[in-house]
Amino acid sequence: MNALNIKKGSTKHSAYNLRPSFSETIETHTLAVLVDNEAGVLARVIGLFSGRGYNIESLTVAEVDHAGHKSRITIVTTGTPQVIEQIKAQLGRMIPVHDVHDLTAEGRSVERELALLRVEGTGEKRVEALRLADIFRAQAVDSTLESFVFQITGTPEKVDAFAELMRPLGLVEIARTGVAALSRGL
Amino acid sequence: MTKAMTGAKMVVQALRDQGVDVVFGYPGGAVLPIYDEIFQQNAIRHILVRHEQGAVHAAEGYARATGKPGVVLVTSGPGATNAVTGITDALMDSIPIVVLTGQVPTFMIGSDAFQEADTVGITRPCTKHNWLVKDTANLSATIHEAFHVATAGRPGPVLVDIPKDVQFASAEYQPKAKAKTARYQPRVKGDPEMIERLVEAIETAERPVFYTGGGVINSGPAASQLLRELVDATGIPITSTLMGLGAYPASGRNWLGMLGMHGLYEANLSMHGCDLMVNVGARFDDRITGRIDAFSPRSRKAHIDIDPSSINKVVHTDMPILGDVAHVLEDVLNLWKARGRKVNREGLQRWWAQIEDWKKTDCLKFKPSEGSIKPQHALARLEALTKGRDRYICTEVGQHQMWAAQYLGFEDPNRWMTSGGLGTMGYGFPASIGVQVAHPSALVVNVAGEASWLMNMQEMGTAVQYRLPVKQFILNNERLGMVRQWQELLHGERYSHSWSEALPDFVKLAEAFGAKGIKCDDPADLDDAIMEMIDHDGPVIFDCLVEKHENCFPMIPSGEPHNKMLLGEASTKDAIKAGGAVLV
Repeated sequence: MNALNIKKGSTKHSAYNLRPSFSETIETHTLAVLVDNEAGVLARVIGLFSGRGYNIESLTVAEVDHAGHKSRITIVTTGTPQVIEQIKAQLGRMIPVHDVHDLTAEGRSVERELALLRVEGTGEKRVEALRLADIFRAQAVDSTLESFVFQITGTPEKVDAFAELMRPLGLVEIARTGVAALSRGL
Repeated sequence: MTKAMTGAKMVVQALRDQGVDVVFGYPGGAVLPIYDEIFQQNAIRHILVRHEQGAVHAAEGYARATGKPGVVLVTSGPGATNAVTGITDALMDSIPIVVLTGQVPTFMIGSDAFQEADTVGITRPCTKHNWLVKDTANLSATIHEAFHVATAGRPGPVLVDIPKDVQFASAEYQPKAKAKTARYQPRVKGDPEMIERLVEAIETAERPVFYTGGGVINSGPAASQLLRELVDATGIPITSTLMGLGAYPASGRNWLGMLGMHGLYEANLSMHGCDLMVNVGARFDDRITGRIDAFSPRSRKAHIDIDPSSINKVVHTDMPILGDVAHVLEDVLNLWKARGRKVNREGLQRWWAQIEDWKKTDCLKFKPSEGSIKPQHALARLEALTKGRDRYICTEVGQHQMWAAQYLGFEDPNRWMTSGGLGTMGYGFPASIGVQVAHPSALVVNVAGEASWLMNMQEMGTAVQYRLPVKQFILNNERLGMVRQWQELLHGERYSHSWSEALPDFVKLAEAFGAKGIKCDDPADLDDAIMEMIDHDGPVIFDCLVEKHENCFPMIPSGEPHNKMLLGEASTKDAIKAGGAVLV
C-alpha cells in the first residue's frame, strides 16, 4: 500500500526540500571581525563559511593589536538579509571572536584595496600604460625597459577598472590584497 | 598555592579540581603518561570502553543523566578519529563533553608520525571549541577554560589535544580560579521589554501553545520547575520535542505529547492551529517544522534561546528572547503574576475543547496481535512494568526510538537519553553505560533496534567488566525498520539493503560475554520476560522478536505541513469519517 499517493520512484518528497520563506534579495555586506590571534582562528572562520555554505567575496586578515594578540578579519560576503544575520550570529558565538561589526549596516564606511599589476610592453602601449596609471594615481614601484609594476589603492571597483584598462596594454599578473574597511568618523 | 608538576599530573589535577569523578576512555601510545597518573590515584574512576565512539556516547549519557560535563580520554590518531561521531552527536544535541586526546610530540607534528592525525583540524567543525596545547605552562588553564566553554551558554563538546612531550614536561599548575573565562560569558538574562511583550501575548492569546525542547533540560532542574509552574498556572497546553521530554511530566494535565514528524496528532495540530507559539529552548528543527512555508501559519512566535544563531535561523520570530531558559522563565512568571495572572479564559476553553476533540482520534492506537508481539505493545508493557521505578531510558535511532518517545512516559528531566540531532545509530548502548555509571542502583533500559544495537555491541565487554546492570531491550524486527518504512512509503516498496540476513543469536551473544540473554516472541510471555529482565542483577540482552513490517505512525510525510498528518491504519478510517482536519 502506498498511503501517501506518491508516484513510485518519485524523488520530490524529501524532508530536506524545506525552503524558509525569507526574502530572496541578495545583499553584499562588509563585516569586520575582531578575533584573538591564536592558532587556527582563521581556519575556524573560513570553515564556518564553507561548512554552512556562505559566500566569501574577499577576506583580509592581519594582527592589529600586537600586545593584546588581536587580529582584524575583514570579510566581504553576499546573501539574503536572513543569511547575513545568520553569518553574524554564527561568527559572534565563536569563542575567539570578540566583536562582529556589519560595516554595511552600521552606516558609512571606507573600503580600500591595494593591488600590484605587472604590465609588459614597449612603444606606444608602454607610454599609454604610464599615462593611465597617472590618471588612476597608480605608482610605478618597479620598472624595467619592458615592464612596470604598478601599485594602486582604492575601492575594489577602481582596482577592477584599472586592471581592465591595463589588460590590452600588456597586463600579465595581478596581486590584490582584498578589502580593508573602517567605519567613517561621526 | 601553585606548584610545578608534569603535564600528565596536571591533567589529573585539573580534572579533580573540576569535580570530575569518572572518565571514559581508552589508552594508547600518546596518552600513556596520563594513564600512568590515573593508575597512581583513586579520586577519579576510569571506565575502559571497547571503542572510542563508545567512550563519547557513554560520557554523553553520563552528562545527560547528571547535568555535569562528561569526560573522555583517548589517544592520538585513530583514538581521536573514532571519537568524532560521538563528538558530532554531542554538538548537535548540545551536550557538555570534554574530550582529552593524546597527540604525537610537538616536534613530530606534521611529519606523518605513527598515529598522527590533525585532531584539532578534524574536530574544528564538530566541537564548540578546541585547543592544541603546545606548552605545559598553558595546559591546566586550557583544561579549565575547556570545562567553562563546554558548560557555559549553549553546552557542547570541546576537545583539548595534548602532545606527548607536553605531558612529560613540567610547569607550574594554574588553579581553576585563575582560568581565563572572561572572553566567553553568554548573556543569561532576557530583554525585559521582550519579556513584557511575551507576557502580554500570554494574557490575550486565544490558542496558545508551549513548544519546549532540550534547552529546558540543559538549563537545569530549576528551568523544568519554572516551566511546570508557568504551564500549570496559565493552563496553556504544552508539547515538546524529542530532546525535551521529561521537562514537563507526561502525567501533567496540560501535556499534549511529543510533536514533530512522529509526534502526536493533537500536538501537531495544536502547533498548526495556535495563535501564540512559545518556543522554550527548541530550535525549529526540520523534523519539527515539516514544510516551513506552511508551518503554523497563523501564530505569533516567541523564541527563548541562549544561542543567538538559533533565533531567526529557519523560522521568523516575532518575540526573540536571548537568554537562559530558567532566568527568562522566572522573569516571565514573576511579571505574569505581578500583572494579575491574566489569561484569555474563554479562548482557552474553546482551544481545549478543540484539543480534546483531536485527542479522540487516539493516534497511538494500534491493532494488537495475538500471534506476534507488536513493538508498540512491547513498549506499552515495558512502560507499565517499569513506571514509578527509578528509571532511565536510552534509545538507539530508528522506529523503536520514536515508539519509545510515544509510548513511554517521562515524569522528570534528565531521564531520557536519545540521539536527536545527529541520529546516531549505536548511541544508546554506550549511553546506557554512562547513565548506569552515574546512577549505579537505578534501572537503566536501552530501547534498541537490533541493527542499531549491533553498531556498538562491543560495549558488552564494558558492561560486564564494570558489573553495570544495563538492560538492552532490543525490538528485533530483523529489518532496518525506519529505512524499510521509508522505502515502502516513498521508494515504491523496493527494499534496498534494509534487512539483515545474518543476525546473531542474541541469547548466545549475551552468554558469550558472560551476561544474561532473554528471548521472547510470544505476547503471552512478554510480561514475565520483562520482569525477569528487570529482576536480574546484571546486564541483560533482551531479544524481543516483534512484528517485522510494522510502520511507525503518526507520521508527517516529509515535505508536508503539520496538518497533512498520516495516521496508522488502525485509526485512519475513523479520523476521515470524523471529518477532522485533512488527512492522508
